[in-house]
Amino acid sequence: MSEYHLTHLKELESEAIYVLREVAAQFERPVLLFSGGKDSIVLVHLSRKAFYPAKIPFPLLHIDTGHNFSETIEFRDSLARSVDARLLVGSVQDSIDKGRAVEEKGINASRNVLQTVTLLDAIETYKFDAAIGGARRDEEKARAKERFFSHRDQFGQWDPKNQRPELWYMFNGKKRMGEHFRVFPISNWTEMDVWQYILAEDIELPSIYFTHERDVFYRDGVWLAAAPFMEMKPSEKVEYRRVRCRTVGDISCTGLTLSTADTVEDIIQEIAATRVTERGGRYDDKRSEAAMEDRKKEGYF
Amino acid sequence: MELLRFTTAGSVDDGKSTLIGRLLYDSKSIFEDQLDAVKRASIQKGSEHINLALFTDGLRAEREQGITIDVAYRYFATPHRKFIIADTPGHIQYTRNMVTGASTANAAIVLIDARNGVIEQTHRHTFIAALLGIPHIIVCINKMDLMDYREEVFIAIKNDFQAFATQVFPGQDMRFIPISALKGDNVVKPSGNMSWYANGTLLHHLENIPISQDHDLIHQRFPVQYVIRPESEEFHDYRGYAGRVAGGFFHPGDKIVVFPSGIESEITSIDTLSGPLTEAHPPMSVTLTLKDDIDLSRGDLITGAGDIPRESCDIVARICWMNQKPLQIQGKYALKHTTKDVRCIIQEVDYVLNISTLKEQTEIKTVRMNDIALVRLRTTKPLFFDSYTTNRITGSLILIDEATNETVAAGMIV
Repeated sequence: MSEYHLTHLKELESEAIYVLREVAAQFERPVLLFSGGKDSIVLVHLSRKAFYPAKIPFPLLHIDTGHNFSETIEFRDSLARSVDARLLVGSVQDSIDKGRAVEEKGINASRNVLQTVTLLDAIETYKFDAAIGGARRDEEKARAKERFFSHRDQFGQWDPKNQRPELWYMFNGKKRMGEHFRVFPISNWTEMDVWQYILAEDIELPSIYFTHERDVFYRDGVWLAAAPFMEMKPSEKVEYRRVRCRTVGDISCTGLTLSTADTVEDIIQEIAATRVTERGGRYDDKRSEAAMEDRKKEGYF
Repeated sequence: MELLRFTTAGSVDDGKSTLIGRLLYDSKSIFEDQLDAVKRASIQKGSEHINLALFTDGLRAEREQGITIDVAYRYFATPHRKFIIADTPGHIQYTRNMVTGASTANAAIVLIDARNGVIEQTHRHTFIAALLGIPHIIVCINKMDLMDYREEVFIAIKNDFQAFATQVFPGQDMRFIPISALKGDNVVKPSGNMSWYANGTLLHHLENIPISQDHDLIHQRFPVQYVIRPESEEFHDYRGYAGRVAGGFFHPGDKIVVFPSGIESEITSIDTLSGPLTEAHPPMSVTLTLKDDIDLSRGDLITGAGDIPRESCDIVARICWMNQKPLQIQGKYALKHTTKDVRCIIQEVDYVLNISTLKEQTEIKTVRMNDIALVRLRTTKPLFFDSYTTNRITGSLILIDEATNETVAAGMIV
C-alpha cells in the first residue's frame, strides 16, 4: 500500500476549498465579505482555486467605514478587477446619514461596531443567504467555538449555546426564509499558517502590511495612525515612525507595529519571535473581556 | 510539517483544561497578552499560582458557570507538527459535542483521575472514541502527584482500562502515560518523579504517532461536490467534477464507474489552478475531468472500476442522538450522506446501548439525547456507501429534523 504525506498547509487549503464549494452548492446567493485584510485576500485566492477554470461564482462585499487606509481601497479595486469578480460596497456613512446607525463620539470613537448595521442591511437588501468570512478560531476566545457553517436568525444574531453540531465534513446549511449563514473556510488556520501560505503561494498584499513611515501616536500600549477623524488626547503627540500593520481593519482600530519587515519572510520571522497575539493590537477588542462575544451575538463578522 | 487533529475527553474535574493549558504553556504557545490576562484572572480568583485552566476559558456564559459548554478549538505547533485540539466538555449532557470533536480526530486523549481510576464516564468516552473510529487512543492517568507518583497506581488503572477496552477496541492503538498536568510531569517535559516510566511524554507521542495511514487509502472514492462549467471562450466545453478525495488514489487514465448510473468511463485529467496533477489522494480537493460526456451531478459517486461500493435503500446504522426531542420511530428525516441529500424514514430501533455495561438493551425503543442506538432506516433513493469502519466519509451520515432544520443525529453505517 502506498503512503502519502500532505503538508499542513496543503491540508488546510484542501479543507477551505471544500468549504467554499459547499457554499456554492448549498446556497443560492452567497457573498464573500472582503475587508482588504490578508485573511480575506487569502479567501479570494482560495476561491479562485476552488472554482478554476470557472470564475468565482459569488460577488465580494466590502463594508466600508469610510475611515480606510487609502492603500487598502486601491488594492481592493485592483484585486476585484484582476479576478473579474463583482464588487459591492456597503457604506457605514450611508447608514449614519439614513439614521440607521449613530456615530460614536469622543476619544475612542470608532465605526467598527457600526459595521454590523451596514452589514445586516446589505445582507437584507441583496438577499444574501450565506456570507463567507475570513475569521479564524485562533484569533479570539469567542471565535474558538465557531462552526464552519454558523447559523444566524432573522435578526442576524448568533446563539452560541444552541449551535448545530458539526460532524465530519457534513455541513447543514438548511434554514428558514430570512435566516442566513456565516461561513468561515479558514477557521482552522492560525496567523502563522496564513503567512506561510501567503509565502508559499506568492500572494500579493497591500503595501501597509510591510514597513513604511507614517504619522502615528501611542495610546494604551498600541500605536495608532494619525488621521483627521482621529481625536487625540492633549497628552498624545504625533510621531513619524517606521511601522507596519499586523491586521487591517479601519484606521480607528488598527494597531500598528514598529517594524522594519519588508518581505513576507521578514514578517514570518517577526511573528515567530513575537510574544503578543494578533488581536492584542486591536483596539476594538480592548473594550471589555467579552467584547467580541457581545459583538458576534449581534451579528458582527 | 503534518497536521494532527486530536480530541480530549475527561469528566468534570479530571483536569482536562489544566492539561491543555499545560500543553500550550510548556510548548511556548501562549502569548504575553494571554498570559497577563490569565495572571490577572488567577489573582482575582484568589489563586496563588497561574491557573492553567484559564487559558482555555471561553465564553462568558461558561465563565459564569465555571464549565465548558461547547467544543472549542485550540491550535499549537512544534517544529514537528501542527496540532488542532477539539476541546470537548466532559459532562454527560454534552455527549453530542464529544461526538462532534471526535468525528474528525486522528487521536483521542482519554483522561483519568488517578484517585478515582476508571469510572462510568471513562467507559462512555472510550466507547465514543471507538464508535467514531479514532485511530489512536492516548490514555493519560492524571494527578499522579496526589498518589505519590506510585507505579502500582498507574498499573492498576492501566489493567482496569485494558480489561474494558479490549471488548470495545480489538486491535486498537492504545498508549498509557502517567502525568500530572498541574505539576507538568510527562506532559511536555519528562518527569523527574516517575523514573519507573520511560515511554515518552504526551507531546512526544503526539509528535510521533504515524498518521499517514489514517485515511482509507484502498478504496477509490470521490463524491461529486460541485460541477464546474466555465462557459467561457477559453474553456468552452469544459465540464469538471469538483470534490474532495474520500478514499484511494486517483490517476489520469484510471478506469472508473459513476453511481447511481453505473456508467463506466476513464479519468482524463486531475485539474487544479496550479496545473494538472498525476495523482490525487485523501484529503485533497481537486477537479476531475472524464473521457466520456456523461450526466453527473452533485451527490453522485465516482469509484474505481473493480472496486464498487455497497448500494441500498435499507441502511443499518449506529446513531448518536443529539436533540432534546427523542427519535420518532416511523418519523421522516432529511439525510445527508457525503454530498448527497435524500429523505428517510426510521423503520426500527434494534437496541439502545447501555454505555457503562455495553449491554444492547433491545427492550428500549425510545432514543433520547446522548443515546447511542442501532437503527434501521429506509431512504427515498439508494445510497452508495461503505461501512464506517472501512471509510469514515462514505460510511457516515447525519439526520436533520425537517421542521427545525437542526442536525439531530450522527450515524455510522454498519
